[in-house]
Amino acid sequence: MQTDPTDRHILRLLQADASKPMAQIAAATGTSPGACWRRVERLTAAGVIRGHRISIDMRALGFDVQVFLRITLDKTAANAFDTFIAEAQRIPNVQSIETLLGRVDIRMDVVARDLAHYQEVYTTRILALPHIADVEALMLVSELKNSEALAI
Amino acid sequence: MTADLDDTDRAILRALIEDGSLSAKALGAAVGLSQPAAWRRMKRLEEAGVITGRHAVLDAETLGFGVTVFLGVKLGTKGRVSLVEFERAVIAIPEVQVVQHVLGVYDYRLKVVARDLGDFERILRRRIMTLPGVGEIESNVLLSKEPLTPAALLGGAPRS
Repeated sequence: MQTDPTDRHILRLLQADASKPMAQIAAATGTSPGACWRRVERLTAAGVIRGHRISIDMRALGFDVQVFLRITLDKTAANAFDTFIAEAQRIPNVQSIETLLGRVDIRMDVVARDLAHYQEVYTTRILALPHIADVEALMLVSELKNSEALAI
Repeated sequence: MTADLDDTDRAILRALIEDGSLSAKALGAAVGLSQPAAWRRMKRLEEAGVITGRHAVLDAETLGFGVTVFLGVKLGTKGRVSLVEFERAVIAIPEVQVVQHVLGVYDYRLKVVARDLGDFERILRRRIMTLPGVGEIESNVLLSKEPLTPAALLGGAPRS
């Protein structure tokens, strides 16, 4: 669908913070609350706004260790991707699995309470996954930005 | 700074991770609480820093964003000044959604969401490769993301 600059301004504000009252969004975008509400309704009906999500601080939940694994699979095995992904999805500490085109095949975000816990998850669950040819790990030191905001 | 959560808090988080648009009323119904009680729990989770925000989820494809690329960046000239300068500059690029300082073969991990490969190339050449202190860059294009339930980690039992 076509969006105008006011639509995009509203979308930018909502993807940054959807907990603001509509009146505030309206004031910031130079629309009346009614008109702003109708725009949001229209954008939602058109599927531009798909819903809402909350962001969570894993550290506040006690998961102090976050590791990004970059995995190369043994592609000579038939269905290596499918079997690997199906098994990896069962590990609760795995928070995301993405298939990539590039030097590595798969990346996974893994969280753990501490290093000892990570070590346990890594050796008993991750390394037990099928068809791994190589694993590289990047450990999170600090997160400077993490949003799903689009550059609209 | 670990928040002290009980089973009801975890049930609330699981429900909200599944659907962030739940009202206090719907949330209460889902976890067996009254609307005011669900609202108070939600506020408490926000105050404890567990829930850090609420955001509209936009449809990237409808808005014309078709390419996601993960970048591994090594800094060329290490030193405090370049680190700070690099960080300040990279955070300001609107197409860069994620900036993480990491330990390993790279110094930083970035996630870039662009309109198409041409748009990505422009961002890479004009914005990222020109960042202060930037050295080697590796790009991996996202092909697909597996549907996962991150909430599985928040099972009834505190141990995962």
